[in-house]
Amino acid sequence: MIETVENKTQTSPSVRLTPKDLQSDQDPRWCPGCGDYSILAQVQRVLPDLGVPREKYVFISGIGCSSRFPYYMNTYGFHGIHGRAAAIASGLKMARPDLFVWVVTGDGDALSIGGNHFIHTCRRNLDLNIILFNNQIYGLTKGQYSPTSVFGQVTKSTPFGSIDHPFNPVMLSLGAEATFVARSLDRDPKHLQYVIKRAAEHHGTSFLEVYQNCNVFNDGAFFTFTEKETKDDNVVVLEHSKPLVFGKERDKGIRLDGYKPVVVPLKDGKYSVNDLLVHDEKSSDPAIAFILANMSNYPGLPRPIGIFRDVQRSVYEDEMVNQIRAAQAKRGVGNLDALLNSGETWFIR
Amino acid sequence: MGEKSRKNLEDVTIRFAGDSGDGMQLTGTQFTTATAIFGNDLSTLPDYPAEIRAPAGTLFGVSGFQIRFGSREVNTPGDTCDVLVAMNPAALRVNLSSLKDGGNVIVNLGGFTEKNLKLAGYQSNPLADGSLSKYQVYEVDISKLTANTLEDLGLSTKTVERSKNFFALGMMFWMFDRPMDPTIQWIKEKFAKTPNIGEANLRVLKAGWNFGETTEIFTTRYEVKPAQLPKGKYRNITGNQAVAFGLIAASQKSGLQLFLGSYPITPASDILHELARFKDFGVKTFQAEDEIAGITGAIGASFAGALAATTTSGPGLALKTEAIGLAVMVELPLVVCDIQRGGPSTGLPTKTEQSDLLMALYGRHGEAPVPVVAPATPADCFYMVFEAARLAIKYMTPVLFLSDGYLANGSEPWRIPASSELPDIPVKVWVEKEGFFPYLRDEKTLARPWALPGTLGLEHRIGGLEKQHITGNVNYEPANHDYMVHLRAEKVERVVADIPPLQVEGDESGDLLILGWGSTYGAIKTAVAEKRAEGKSVSHAHLRYLNPFPRNLGEVLYRFKHVLVPEINLGQLVKVIRSKYLVPAVGFNKVEALPLRSTDIEQKIEEVLEG
Repeated sequence: MIETVENKTQTSPSVRLTPKDLQSDQDPRWCPGCGDYSILAQVQRVLPDLGVPREKYVFISGIGCSSRFPYYMNTYGFHGIHGRAAAIASGLKMARPDLFVWVVTGDGDALSIGGNHFIHTCRRNLDLNIILFNNQIYGLTKGQYSPTSVFGQVTKSTPFGSIDHPFNPVMLSLGAEATFVARSLDRDPKHLQYVIKRAAEHHGTSFLEVYQNCNVFNDGAFFTFTEKETKDDNVVVLEHSKPLVFGKERDKGIRLDGYKPVVVPLKDGKYSVNDLLVHDEKSSDPAIAFILANMSNYPGLPRPIGIFRDVQRSVYEDEMVNQIRAAQAKRGVGNLDALLNSGETWFIR
Repeated sequence: MGEKSRKNLEDVTIRFAGDSGDGMQLTGTQFTTATAIFGNDLSTLPDYPAEIRAPAGTLFGVSGFQIRFGSREVNTPGDTCDVLVAMNPAALRVNLSSLKDGGNVIVNLGGFTEKNLKLAGYQSNPLADGSLSKYQVYEVDISKLTANTLEDLGLSTKTVERSKNFFALGMMFWMFDRPMDPTIQWIKEKFAKTPNIGEANLRVLKAGWNFGETTEIFTTRYEVKPAQLPKGKYRNITGNQAVAFGLIAASQKSGLQLFLGSYPITPASDILHELARFKDFGVKTFQAEDEIAGITGAIGASFAGALAATTTSGPGLALKTEAIGLAVMVELPLVVCDIQRGGPSTGLPTKTEQSDLLMALYGRHGEAPVPVVAPATPADCFYMVFEAARLAIKYMTPVLFLSDGYLANGSEPWRIPASSELPDIPVKVWVEKEGFFPYLRDEKTLARPWALPGTLGLEHRIGGLEKQHITGNVNYEPANHDYMVHLRAEKVERVVADIPPLQVEGDESGDLLILGWGSTYGAIKTAVAEKRAEGKSVSHAHLRYLNPFPRNLGEVLYRFKHVLVPEINLGQLVKVIRSKYLVPAVGFNKVEALPLRSTDIEQKIEEVLEG
């Protein structure tokens, strides 16, 4: 009889954690001013609200600046190899569905060397959370362009400008049919906390892209969307069942003209909020979410942040456990002697 | 009907050969089951093309299945065969060279059409031009006889055509007096949902038997008496099935759930298929998106506290090497099964080779030693993969298990052990908070603690960066790195205390020691037995532990004047033996992607002994 691993572990009595409880004894070694600090802080702020014992959390990362993350969390952690965090996390979650698993990755880690694992994890829909720190640059290797660097970007490895068309991580994850897809900003702690919490609550794979500033190799890449002066006019916050309104004066909206999102003014009497696209993160059809994700490709359109999609689909490890339970209910729990003696047998006397 | 004469044989080798769509593997497997139940010792060699359904009648589409069975011990599937069943000209052409002079060849006359002769590249019909004169040829129109048997059933031509392998099987059952019941039972179960096809196959099988009984062309029936095997209950088992069973046994004996992360690859996929069936044992199989996800998923499961394994073949092992290095660094138990095949690159996917040994021993960046074990026979796969799991758990290390295509698909009778005969695998899961550090060391084994996520107070982080001794914190100090490199190496070296000494079969000292590893066991054993019968001073030792080597290996080597190492590679083990023990060992190396022939080894023995 197999003893479950859960029986061998001891969990804590329910104690309310504080952010400090989640800080490990290792000092973060990111560059001063790096956006990673904020993401770490917001995760440490949100986790206590979830009511999960600390020892049930596992943070798994690949390689890159962001992938140092697990060392700074006083939980279980695994700093893996480049690109493979999602695969390590998948095996861990299959073996132990009782654990709360987070994948911390970057644009190079998740979308270049780990692109295959990323899309397959999205479609498989294990109950784990992926936070992608997107800084549109390779930081740890000191400044080469990444798969999200903008076309024409001048970096150490593209002195004449990048000729690679970048991935849009939200579009990619929607294409891979992830059931939860969101975007937030390192410099918007409130919004980031909200989205982290929602990602944690989602049953299935949650994908969260965070625009993260690399102040050493790609400083200001997202300032249009994160800084006070420009943010309101360049960001539209997606809120479920609400029309897409944005602007410093809340005076602009997004209206669908056929399949094309267009900005319309709300104060000149021609359009009202009733003409605007109303966000539906629960829509079973990903088409509108895809149109929203694709807004990044049109200059002049605000950049959407928030939850693009949050739907339910069968969860991989649930199905795995169901198959095992069904087999054991039907055939009984496996017996080794019966297995070895199965099939055609004979005696030599 | 004239009375047939009966001839007693000690052992026989039969090869069934036809198109890859002719069902030759099925025919061979059924003949094997019947032969096993009859009580012969046996060894099989499936030999099939990489193409699933190659164009009919072509040389590259030929699929073969060889079985050797006897009333005495059988250790190889036979260098050459006594009987060749050829369903078409291509099968004849490809396999004739493996038929003994004077051997029997049974051809399906119906398959020898103009078109098929041309496809096989025959300028003239070998059945008519006298080129087969040194063999005993039996021409049987199996196609037509099958069609006649089924003419009143109203079946499609294709269905009729596909039944003809059962006619050949029935004939062979008659010729070697095998029990038909297991196959009859099998057909009934297999075709329960398509009873008309089941009925057709049954009829054709019996028609084949009756044809043997009544036809004038076969004058002799052969008798191969049951072998004197050790008493007990037996089953037939292939190497891959034995790996699956061995992993389940290790899971049961350790009390750990079994997790397999794998990506389909020939010839390892059958282990994944087999394990996927055993949900009742709680086995979790993960068919990953690629080889790397297969192993890294397994590493994640191991971190979580499962008995984790990954299965692959050479190209996949190459892709997994970085992750094996990670498992070495994070010191988690992991069983990596490499079912070697012909290489390099895609090579010969369905054939066998022993050319991954050096990759298993050394093929990682950095100093990343891992224990390596290798089974000697198909049934030995059960014990050695169990052993791999035991060592992995005890020493907190990845362990490489090196099988090959021949062991994987070959089969032999296996005396079924009672589960109580298998040792328990003790697992120490760390729960004590006081004094816990992730890189503490067991004084004896140097294993670090296995502390599972979910355990209060043992929260810790592991990873691929160099670890500080004891604390496991990231550390770049030169002295610490030097210490840790030595420590990881010593941990693997200490496994030597936990493995049996090398046994010598034959005299403990003498003129020549044949040192083998892996699937060459049967061929070496057969060759050594022949030479010893001639009075030659030859002994055999077979390594099942390749890293570390058994502690007495050096001593054993020094007791012989000559050491010969036969391998299906360019001399990988011999290279290691020479460098480690400074003995002038010589290799016998043939890389045909086929098992070594015992007669070739015998010839080499002569050569070495004559100096």
